Amino acid sequence: MIALSLKDLDISYGDTQITHKVSLDIAEGESFALVGESGSGKSTVLKAIAGLAPQWTGEIRVLGKARSHGVDRDFSRICQMVFQDPYGSLHPRKTVDATLGEALTIHGIGNRSARVEEVMGSVGLDRKFRFRFPHQLSGGQRQRVAIARALMLKPKILLLDEPTSALDVSVQAEILNLLKRLRREQNLTFLMVTHNLPVVSFLCDRLAVMRQGRIVEVADIDELKRGDLKESYSRELMQISAAHAT
Amino acid sequence: MRPLLEIENLRVTFPTARGDIDVVRGVSFTLGRERLGIVGESGSGKSMTGRSILKLVRAPGHVTADKLAFDGIDLSTRSEKQMRAIRGARISMVMQDPKFSLNPVMTIGEQIAEALLTHKRLPRREVNDRVHSMLESVRISDPERVARLYPHEVSGGMGQRVMIAMMLIPEPDLLIADEPTSALDVSVQAQVLDIIDELVRRKGMGLIFISHDLNLVSSYCDRILVMNTGEVVEECKAGELMKAAHPYTRGLIASIPRLDETRDELPVLDRSAWAKA
Repeated sequence: MIALSLKDLDISYGDTQITHKVSLDIAEGESFALVGESGSGKSTVLKAIAGLAPQWTGEIRVLGKARSHGVDRDFSRICQMVFQDPYGSLHPRKTVDATLGEALTIHGIGNRSARVEEVMGSVGLDRKFRFRFPHQLSGGQRQRVAIARALMLKPKILLLDEPTSALDVSVQAEILNLLKRLRREQNLTFLMVTHNLPVVSFLCDRLAVMRQGRIVEVADIDELKRGDLKESYSRELMQISAAHAT
Repeated sequence: MRPLLEIENLRVTFPTARGDIDVVRGVSFTLGRERLGIVGESGSGKSMTGRSILKLVRAPGHVTADKLAFDGIDLSTRSEKQMRAIRGARISMVMQDPKFSLNPVMTIGEQIAEALLTHKRLPRREVNDRVHSMLESVRISDPERVARLYPHEVSGGMGQRVMIAMMLIPEPDLLIADEPTSALDVSVQAQVLDIIDELVRRKGMGLIFISHDLNLVSSYCDRILVMNTGEVVEECKAGELMKAAHPYTRGLIASIPRLDETRDELPVLDRSAWAKA
């Protein structure tokens, strides 16, 4: 079954059109990556799906159901987003407990305390962090809170916007392992935006390369590992990554 | 030949409610006209090491060293006023994020000219010529137009190139680059580092490149120091990084995913093993 389907998606900010006819189909349980340099429109695609860039035309379907342009509660239950910067994405004056519990309050779900503890456990956060504020946590712990927040409503799809680029390599490894385990345990579908190809190679099944608002190539992860991408631009990106690896 | 920079037993201390904490604990190294990389995680003291060379550690932070000498000058006894003559002119520093380090209400041309005029008096014509040729050397193709722009009108990559131009125009002997490309994407990263590399080689400067990215450091430096909790745990030639002996260094290398990744799980550092609190 197709978890997430985009068809001829044109997204604009004001008069500027950012993406041009983006079409994608992501199967349930699949981990899909969007790669490209900054300004290629990859984050904008995630924002449009999450409802943060409402000025779009085309079609966004989630588990077969079309998404509307406004705030959509049913949609929020299925699809949640994790942002790039854990320092910026958590409310500085809310404790971990308040941040995690908020989604339950909005959706009128009871048994709040048990659910908060359950999710904190699944992302590997000790109970002692429950009543702390974001500034009392390290970058890696904060990103775990951000992931926990996204998981509160038991979504099927996670949108990940560069989830590890603000972290150190050693912490990045912890978060990547966590995401991989969560996906296996909860049968999640990932749509991840990144410019780090090795991360794609570790976490994803398929990838799409974007440039100037258009998808230039969709490839299987094995093709990336073998260095078998077809478009010249994708190969260029690959060579830059390879040049830094030793 | 006398080394450019000699540091012996450098300590940076911050007082806290539970007593003093050393964030840098007895770091020693010497630097010639070469490219040295300092790698470590956040909190390892690598940035503090860079800052203490320029005496930019603010109170209540406190820097002590048995020796802190730059080109024969003892930095630890210099006054603030004497340091100002060294900062920029002899040693300069490129910071992490161009968005926060450029003055938002001055044009790029004015800022670069200011860096030059602080240390030298020059006729305006010559200043303009040097600003333009400096912008050209950081591969900005139309320097006249860019010099008239404000920082918010340029991209992150171009902003960082402007920073580099500003830092290199007084022709310093030592450049400290503290995570110069962390705020940029991969494709621009390579460009910016190539520019630093080319300028450093051409002018025969010393470079201290501070970063958390092992791969990046090993491809742009001659020698690498690995820092953990304020101490240098390993020193090696860049080409020999893969043969590193210390478990911390090996752990860092292993935790980086590879382009042809086959491991199902990435190894994670066991901090308790060697962290002495």
